[in-house]
Amino acid sequence: MSDPVPYAITTQDLNLWYARFQALIRVTTRIKHGLITSLIGPSGCGKTTLLRCFNRVNERYGYVTTTGEIKLHGKNIYDPDVSLVELRKSVGMVFQRPNPLPISVYENVVFGMRIHHARAQLSRARLDEAVEKALTEVGLWNDLKDRLGMKATGLLLEQQQKLCIARLLPLKPEIILMDEPCSALDVEGTRAIEELMFAMKGRYTIVIVTHNMAQARRASDECIFMLMGELIEHNRTEELFLNPHNPKTAEYIEGRYG
Amino acid sequence: MKPDTPALFTETALVRRKYRQETVAKWVFFVMAAAMIIPLLLIVGYLMVKAAPSLTLGFLLDVPVRGMTEGGIWPAFVGTIYLVFISLAISAPIGILAAVYLNEYARDNWFNRVINLAVINLAGVPSIVHALFGLGAFVYAARFGYSILSASLTLAIMTLPVIVASTREALASVPRSFREACWNVGATRWQTIRAVVLPNSISGILTGVILQVSRAAGETAPIMFTGAVFYKAIEKGDLFAYGLHEQCMALSMHLYTISTQVPGVKESIPYATAVVLLGSVLLVNAAAIALRVYMRSRTKW
Ligand SMILES: Nc1ncnc2c1ncn2[C@@H]1O[C@H](COP(=O)(O)OP(=O)(O)OP(=O)(O)O)[C@@H](O)[C@H]1O
Ligand SMILES: [Mg+2]
Repeated sequence: MSDPVPYAITTQDLNLWYARFQALIRVTTRIKHGLITSLIGPSGCGKTTLLRCFNRVNERYGYVTTTGEIKLHGKNIYDPDVSLVELRKSVGMVFQRPNPLPISVYENVVFGMRIHHARAQLSRARLDEAVEKALTEVGLWNDLKDRLGMKATGLLLEQQQKLCIARLLPLKPEIILMDEPCSALDVEGTRAIEELMFAMKGRYTIVIVTHNMAQARRASDECIFMLMGELIEHNRTEELFLNPHNPKTAEYIEGRYG
Repeated sequence: MKPDTPALFTETALVRRKYRQETVAKWVFFVMAAAMIIPLLLIVGYLMVKAAPSLTLGFLLDVPVRGMTEGGIWPAFVGTIYLVFISLAISAPIGILAAVYLNEYARDNWFNRVINLAVINLAGVPSIVHALFGLGAFVYAARFGYSILSASLTLAIMTLPVIVASTREALASVPRSFREACWNVGATRWQTIRAVVLPNSISGILTGVILQVSRAAGETAPIMFTGAVFYKAIEKGDLFAYGLHEQCMALSMHLYTISTQVPGVKESIPYATAVVLLGSVLLVNAAAIALRVYMRSRTKW
């Protein structure tokens, strides 16, 4: 394993318990760097839980016990020298319901920078530049450049979701986790987010949870199917959909279509 | 169309019955609402009419004269201001910060739940019990004597649990998604609290605190046992009349005294005292509402 591994995330025998309930069972996976990997499976199978493991934010939701190993770019994130602040800075997360903070668009984008830098380090010019860069990257700059002071909660849902992605970018994340990012959006909004994902592919590793088979198929390079806390199948997306190895996968995919 | 089928969209017996129920329900609710509001208006109106002869600025700024049968209420008014402000200056910071700890840092375990239960029960303890506690703890054990300090501390103890409870409620009403947004950019708990939790709950917190003004101003037993006196001679209109270790007069106590203990008080004086007490509390509450509206409307925090 000394050569530069193309894997952004690897887990080995990952188990997770909420109090006494086991939500993840011996999950072993390798997620490739720079690709879009989708995570599918029925409700309650642990997709969100798995996603939250990757920046250890599970620990903020009640009693959680984890065993096993999670490595990001070869670094075990349970090593004692890992700082949660730095970890979460480089592993950003986007939620099902867009959750911009009830402040201005501008402040939303620079929020992360304000969290991670002393006030003196943040000149107005530096912040302005970061805002323009991030908003341009998610395709909001032209729409919003004259309205940076407006409250972010007043934007269209699709814009809010893009803003939530833009909010991560000034922190230069390696990995972006998306938990059903399109389920609150209409067809147009969904397409916009998917296009954004394509544009960001390569520079960021994207893991996206979705209940929409068509979306998983369209938008992802690789696909992981989970069931009752277990990882059933992980393959290239076309392969998994056209040629599922596990009968359970086939059943789920077909059930969804039928 | 067959002759016996009903015409389209006309009332049936069932619909008529539903309409009747609807009317009855509406009137029952209206009468209850009226039953609540009318006595209130009557009381306030009656108070105002009875108090009218004495309601002047002079009444507020004057000291009582002729064995408290005439004159004003300044010493009691100032005393109440002292008690309310000092007690809330003690209980608000402690209560708010404790609530932040309990809600944001403490884990949800049995200890936290016991504390929560204790807080809720303490909030329901009758004020006379607080009075006795204050007497034992502050007047005797801590040797503060009968003083403004003892009385304020007693009031603080009385208001503390309610402030903790209302603050926790305000904090808990901040949507989790705001917190998640913070956690996922690597904010620490304190950064989360400062950046999103407090700004979005501050109006609720302040409302909770300010509502305690009326309690602190209105309770008689706790201060009677620990630091309020029937009569104290101070200069008319003097705002800095009392020291921390002195005893003071207070509106609630004064009202009790002049209506039950002193013979021959001019009839309008007790009513006017009540109006002043009521008016100050209403004023403070109105200020609270104004503050709240202002904070809500501010876009940037
Ligand atoms: N904070 C929590 N405390 C206790 N149990 C939890 C918690 N979060 C999730 N669970 C349980 O863990 C299991 C997996 O939940 P998870 O949210 O990861 O599922 P999911 O695959 O994301 O489902 P969905 O598709 O509905 O979002 C569920 O049975 C759920 O009830
Ligand atoms: Mg989920």
